Amino acid sequence: MAGFLARRLLNYLVLIVVATSLAYMLAASALDPRSNYEGRNPPIPPAVVDARLTDLNLNDRTPLFERYLTWAGALAHGDFGRTVAGGSVGDDLGRRIGVTLRLITVGLLVGSVTGVLVGAYAAVKQYGAFDRLSTALSFVVLAVPTVVLANILIIAAVRFNEAVGAQILLVSGEATPGLQGGFAAAGIDRIQHLLLPTLSLSLGLAAVYSRYQRNMMLDVLGADFIRTAMAKGLSRRAALTRHALRTALIPAVTYFAFTFGALLVGTTFTEKIFGWHGVGEQLVDSISTNDINTVAAISCFAALAVLLAALASDVLHAVLDPRVRVG
Amino acid sequence: MTSERTADARSRNGRTGGHGSGAAPLPLRAGSDPVPADPVLEVRDLDITFGRGPGAVRAVRGMGYAVRPGEVLGIVGESGSGKSVTSLAVMGLLPPHAHVTGSVRLRGQEILGAPERTLTAFRGRTVSMVFQDPLSALTPVYRVGDQIAEAVRVHQRIGAAQAARRAVELLDLVGIPNAAQRARAFPHEFSGGMRQRAVIAMAIANDPDVILCDEPTTALDVTIQAQVLEVLKTAQRETGAAIVIITHDLGVVAGFADRVLVMYAGRPVEVGSVDEVYYRTRMPYTMGLLGSIPRLDRGREQPLVPIEGSPPSPAALPPGCPFEPRCPIAVPACAESEPEPVRVGSPGHLAACVRSGEIEAEGWSPAQIYGMRAVASTADTAVRGERPRPRGERDLVLAVDGLVKHYPLTKGTLLRRRVGTVRAVDGVSFDIREGETLGLVGESGCGKTTTLMEILELAAPQGGGITVLGHDTARMSARDRMAVRRDMQVVFQDPLASLDPRMTVHDILAEPLRAHGGREVGPRVRELLGMVGLEAGHAARYPQDFSGGQRQRIGIARALALEPRLVVLDEPVSALDVSIQAGVLNLLEELRTRLGLSYLLVAHDLAVVRHIADRVAVMYLGRIAEIGQADRVYDAPMHPYTRALLSAVPLPDPVMERSRRRILLEGDLPSPADPPSGCRFRTRCPLFRSLDEAVRRRCVEEEPQVRRLGDDHGVSCHFAERLGAE
Amino acid sequence: MTIAEEELTEQRASVDRIKAPSRLRVVMGRLLRSGRGRTGSVLLALIFLLAFAGPYLTRWTYTAKDFTAFLAPPSTEHWWGTLQTGADVYAVTLRGTRRSLVVGLLAAVVGTALAAVVGAFAGYFGSWTDRSLTWVTDLLLVLPAFLILAIMSPLFAGGQWPMFVLVLALFLWMVTSKIVRSMTISLREREFIQAARFMGVPPTRIIFRHIIPNMSSLLVVDATLNVSAAILTETSLSYFGFGIQPPDVSLGSLIADGAQTALYAPWTFWFCAGLLIVTVLAVNLVGDSLRDAFDPTARRSG
Repeated sequence: MAGFLARRLLNYLVLIVVATSLAYMLAASALDPRSNYEGRNPPIPPAVVDARLTDLNLNDRTPLFERYLTWAGALAHGDFGRTVAGGSVGDDLGRRIGVTLRLITVGLLVGSVTGVLVGAYAAVKQYGAFDRLSTALSFVVLAVPTVVLANILIIAAVRFNEAVGAQILLVSGEATPGLQGGFAAAGIDRIQHLLLPTLSLSLGLAAVYSRYQRNMMLDVLGADFIRTAMAKGLSRRAALTRHALRTALIPAVTYFAFTFGALLVGTTFTEKIFGWHGVGEQLVDSISTNDINTVAAISCFAALAVLLAALASDVLHAVLDPRVRVG
Repeated sequence: MTSERTADARSRNGRTGGHGSGAAPLPLRAGSDPVPADPVLEVRDLDITFGRGPGAVRAVRGMGYAVRPGEVLGIVGESGSGKSVTSLAVMGLLPPHAHVTGSVRLRGQEILGAPERTLTAFRGRTVSMVFQDPLSALTPVYRVGDQIAEAVRVHQRIGAAQAARRAVELLDLVGIPNAAQRARAFPHEFSGGMRQRAVIAMAIANDPDVILCDEPTTALDVTIQAQVLEVLKTAQRETGAAIVIITHDLGVVAGFADRVLVMYAGRPVEVGSVDEVYYRTRMPYTMGLLGSIPRLDRGREQPLVPIEGSPPSPAALPPGCPFEPRCPIAVPACAESEPEPVRVGSPGHLAACVRSGEIEAEGWSPAQIYGMRAVASTADTAVRGERPRPRGERDLVLAVDGLVKHYPLTKGTLLRRRVGTVRAVDGVSFDIREGETLGLVGESGCGKTTTLMEILELAAPQGGGITVLGHDTARMSARDRMAVRRDMQVVFQDPLASLDPRMTVHDILAEPLRAHGGREVGPRVRELLGMVGLEAGHAARYPQDFSGGQRQRIGIARALALEPRLVVLDEPVSALDVSIQAGVLNLLEELRTRLGLSYLLVAHDLAVVRHIADRVAVMYLGRIAEIGQADRVYDAPMHPYTRALLSAVPLPDPVMERSRRRILLEGDLPSPADPPSGCRFRTRCPLFRSLDEAVRRRCVEEEPQVRRLGDDHGVSCHFAERLGAE
Repeated sequence: MTIAEEELTEQRASVDRIKAPSRLRVVMGRLLRSGRGRTGSVLLALIFLLAFAGPYLTRWTYTAKDFTAFLAPPSTEHWWGTLQTGADVYAVTLRGTRRSLVVGLLAAVVGTALAAVVGAFAGYFGSWTDRSLTWVTDLLLVLPAFLILAIMSPLFAGGQWPMFVLVLALFLWMVTSKIVRSMTISLREREFIQAARFMGVPPTRIIFRHIIPNMSSLLVVDATLNVSAAILTETSLSYFGFGIQPPDVSLGSLIADGAQTALYAPWTFWFCAGLLIVTVLAVNLVGDSLRDAFDPTARRSG
């Protein structure tokens, strides 16, 4: 048992190492940090640029494999290298991960809980008004990419604020810098900032989950054990909530691992558009600034997150389903 | 797993009879009243239609019956006859797109169209139900005890602790050993038989007046079936409820029911007391059913009379009698209008046939009505009679010697680990000589399918040896293997699953020919279709366009395409209805005689095996219990397991059923991952229990090998002689 | 051809004529009977018509700039208005739609084909084939696709969009491949596959003649839904400037530009955003009703 777990974790570690290395190689060969120093006025002497790049281990004149070894050697000691600006990648990401995790956690909870509830209710009332409405809505939401949705939300918020004549919905950043007032004021300000990004992130998730949960629920509704439960004398409602929903939750939880990757991408867009200084925003910026070390570090973070999500969904599955629990 | 075994062990020491000593008495009611009571359940003019408009399917038409307290009514019919739908209508559990008319009265109260609240009050309390598939009837995520306690608490105002105690009592009543502990188990930790017991416990939790059992034993092995039927009898004794048992098995009905109702195409076609219907049959369909079942107590001499054709689609019923197209004694009047059930003979016996009067007056027997074909099949038997050479002189087609197949047992998905070794096949030997049929029988988990797959793989076995047509699989080159594949073919159980749904029949039959380098496949395909009784024009259709029996014929044709010498038959008729099964069995017989084939037949239905096998091998837990000439094994079984197995098979003969002594085996099959030491059967063996302590040690310590007890008859039991003397 | 065979061919042909309509026709019939399927198909047909025939209706090309009208609202001259650069919104939007459709369709087909082959081989052969293919699948799942695509974006400049399609497809197949693999494992145990195996049919032939055709419904549905996934990925990448490179345009780059001016020049944002939403919606509707059409027993459509 411990052996199996150990082998699995080892496999995860290998996957992360390979994925991160691959990302590094790709980034190091495709991105061009030297271009950051071009077109400056006054022009920077090539020797200075070279020295600076070598110092950051970003010099494209050093062979790729040599740069990789330097980078990997530092990484083995927990050092992700330095950004193009010279700061520590590790410190920078450490600051940003908190922001991203806050956004993801809230978005995930709101999205999945809403989705599961909506889907389950729609399945119970199959072909009813609620089912039709929620199905239509989820189709529309699924057709709107996050980048468009976020922009639509911003436009709507601006119009809304104009209409009520006050800045209710805030569309930029995580908090208002230099805000005066006590704890309550800060809290409200945070919520005002959080509202739209959460919506942008969780709407799509809710739509996916509601479709999935509805299908799972319909599968379970036709199962023999629901018939048994009703043959016992349970009312339809009791049979559905106690037996059907509980059983149909299991696949929804395992589905979580599959959606997590998409969630990370969604977070990237949301952060960038709403100006949250999280990892996602850094991802987009690092490519624009040819920041190879940051790109590699973010890849490592993403790989770790996806694998942790897979592990978490397996654990949840085991908790929910006695059939896979270790006996 | 460990707890299950200790539970079994304890129950063996502590228990004597059908149910546990610790059970609190259920409120007893008079089992049988002297005066006929009012019916508890009365169904009249029940019509059930699915969908609307031209595509509507009339599943049930004019169904009616009544059951009185303590009475057992058997409803018999083939798949699609509407028998299960009727019981769902009684429970009010039909899906919303079903339109139901007529009347269903429970204790005099109409429940068709009653509001949900009335229905929930009735369900589980007045009428309860046992479903067919015990695997899916319990919610997988809740403990068994909790699910039974829930059933109790729906109708009784008692506390959780009290309900839990009651659940344990009920589990004990239905014969679950160590009930208090097993109540905490999840459904997947129960075997099929135990789950069905749990479902029965749930059904009797509120002391109902009627228990509807929908194919309650179809998914179970025959020895477990005998146990479950016994539990149902106990349940009936304890509650005094009426039972409606729905089944396709005429044997189960013969021994269990008081009255029987035969359904065909959604209608009752014959009703009456069991003896009346079985011995004085007045409807040709019922006669056909009774004539087409192979019987355990008769060998090959019994001619099987198949009913030609297949049941009509409920979406396109003929205007007249629905059985008319298949009826051997149909007259023009039959096609005009559908006959109503009329009284024939003694009171309560009704039959829906315009010629039932004639049948009654002339006293026609099934054999007379289906006479023509019966004669034809006896002629076949006569041809086969000239079997010239004795067994020893014929070529060895297949030899299996000490075959072993173990595979690892793992547990858990998150923390997968190996928890043991499943000893699926553990030293099995048998052989087949040219022109003979060996039947490999046993219950699920005995290793018969694993044995068959090992043979078909043609790979080197883990232990022992397999020699097919003179080639040892362990020393086979790729070319040899290909050659042997040509000479050994297989027919699978489920005809639909074994034919690729995306290919036409032509392509299906051509595939083996092309795989072995055939070019001109057209004529051969036509020939094959003719050989199995299909038309050449069928070649362009897809498997889905055929009925079950026809599909199995296609499967057989494919197996014969390369003119094999050995055909492996894996449960070839178990997916078919009885009336169709007979035709396929006759075809297999005929082809064997004509083409000089050898068959290895794997089946769980002992009657089918008796009908076509020359020799039989009975398997138990990965070993052979008894092997030998079929008549010897069936008529004078020497192994206690074979005896129990044969006694558990119900016969379609009410008088014989009532007089038979059934050897009930206790408990379930032990896990093949941890078989008992010594003799594997000793934990359930009635003979073992009757031995004294000193003698028993041999069973515990020494694993019995197959011993020859006579000419071509071997038994793996240390004390087989004692059984014979008994 | 022998006479008997000729006869048979004849017979087959005649039976073919009277036999039930082909599977394709049945599925299409069901698709068009469902309201959702009909809406989706009609919408999709209109979008294709607009994207491929629409540009011929106007004299403006997507590269042309009208220096007399910057950020002009819709008029008879510029039906959907103009951008800040003076480009005609109608012309550039249709050009972008065409690009998105082509990229989406190709990437989906390539991705699904890859998924089918990898999944079927992994599932059918098991052991080390399975382990190594599954490992590669896992690796690609773990790699952040968006990031890799973004890094490689310079390679797609200068009309190298087919390269973009290939890389996009490379990140579309993993989940489907896992489904195909587990379906293959269960199909492998099915009796008709075993029958073929025991008859001596070689493994690759079994995969291509039995296994993949028997998953065609899943694959068709998946390919359809992959079209929308590919379009969404493409537009998102292009939004951040990592996808289709200028001077070519895509809906994503148009939306990115339009979002800047959306508040005071709504036509720059809503036409391209709306067309994108309708396209994806139509593809999803078709995909979802195709699933129902292939499997009429699962009564899921609402």
